Amino acid sequence: MRLQYPADIKVVRVPCTGKVDVLHILRAFEKGADGVYVVGCMEGDCHFNKGNFRARKRVEQAKAILDTVGVGGERVRMYNLSSSEAPRFVEYAKEMDQRIRELGPNPIKTKKAKAA
Amino acid sequence: MIVADKKPMEEIIQEVKDHSKILILGCNECVTVCEAGGKKEVGVLASALRMYFMNQGKTATIDEITLERQCDHEYLEEVRDRIDLYDAVVSLACGVGVQFMAEKYQATPVYPGVNTCFLGATEKRGLWTERCQACGQCILAFTGGICPISRCAKRIMNGPCGGSTKGKCEISKEIDCAWQLIVDRLKALNRLEDYEKIFSIKDWSTDRAGGPRKVQREDVQE
Repeated sequence: MRLQYPADIKVVRVPCTGKVDVLHILRAFEKGADGVYVVGCMEGDCHFNKGNFRARKRVEQAKAILDTVGVGGERVRMYNLSSSEAPRFVEYAKEMDQRIRELGPNPIKTKKAKAA
Repeated sequence: MIVADKKPMEEIIQEVKDHSKILILGCNECVTVCEAGGKKEVGVLASALRMYFMNQGKTATIDEITLERQCDHEYLEEVRDRIDLYDAVVSLACGVGVQFMAEKYQATPVYPGVNTCFLGATEKRGLWTERCQACGQCILAFTGGICPISRCAKRIMNGPCGGSTKGKCEISKEIDCAWQLIVDRLKALNRLEDYEKIFSIKDWSTDRAGGPRKVQREDVQE
């Protein structure tokens, strides 16, 4: 099933979404990412019981912070799927890609470029 | 430990928005345990402030340091050689740390990054509750290890009062009646005769009523 997903998505692999910290998400935006989405296992299916629930909470925290600093919380999102659902992975990738394209580039990146 | 809560990010931004070289100073003690002012929270706040300033089109330096403690001279001395690099410090320590920092480095404004709440315990992750009001004259020996000063809304010494219903306090159904807890505990210890003793009026001069307090011990002074 050699499915294609948007080429501008950089996949960062983690052993479990429970490993993803709010700081990882924030640093990505600080370094110029236009959007970040976390893809975890289906809720209730976590091998470590709570990993994906923890990730969801951290995504919410990041969202609140990004809203406060003016970057925009809608640039970060959590998705859940089962590891065998490649078509859904592609669907989410396209959806997120589309959403970020509509929002435009990370505002701090454009302001930084203007300042320079 | 001293329990603190996070200050809203908007409030911190208001505190520092006119500065451009800011040090975020965390504390490795109590505020780390209650997840309000440790190394992790320093990182999150620093990242958020960097993004805020970048989004405003301003150039700002936001550095991060987490000290072992901010309530001891020797640890605060660790930033002496760098403090002049900054035009503001946001201290994520409790109110003690913020003040000690401000006293030590007079020329640099220090802003609080947390709201210091009380002396309490971690009941579970994300839930901290008050256990001590530092009244300066501990009576736990007589009350079965449960403090009516910090846990009774009225701080009464001979309770429970008429507002105790089914073990809960009248101010909230979620708050245990401290005196009910005391009676239950004394019963479990087979010491109910202690409950019958009447406490005389408490000397509040060792509490805040006597003004700012100090503990001075010549036996350990140098």
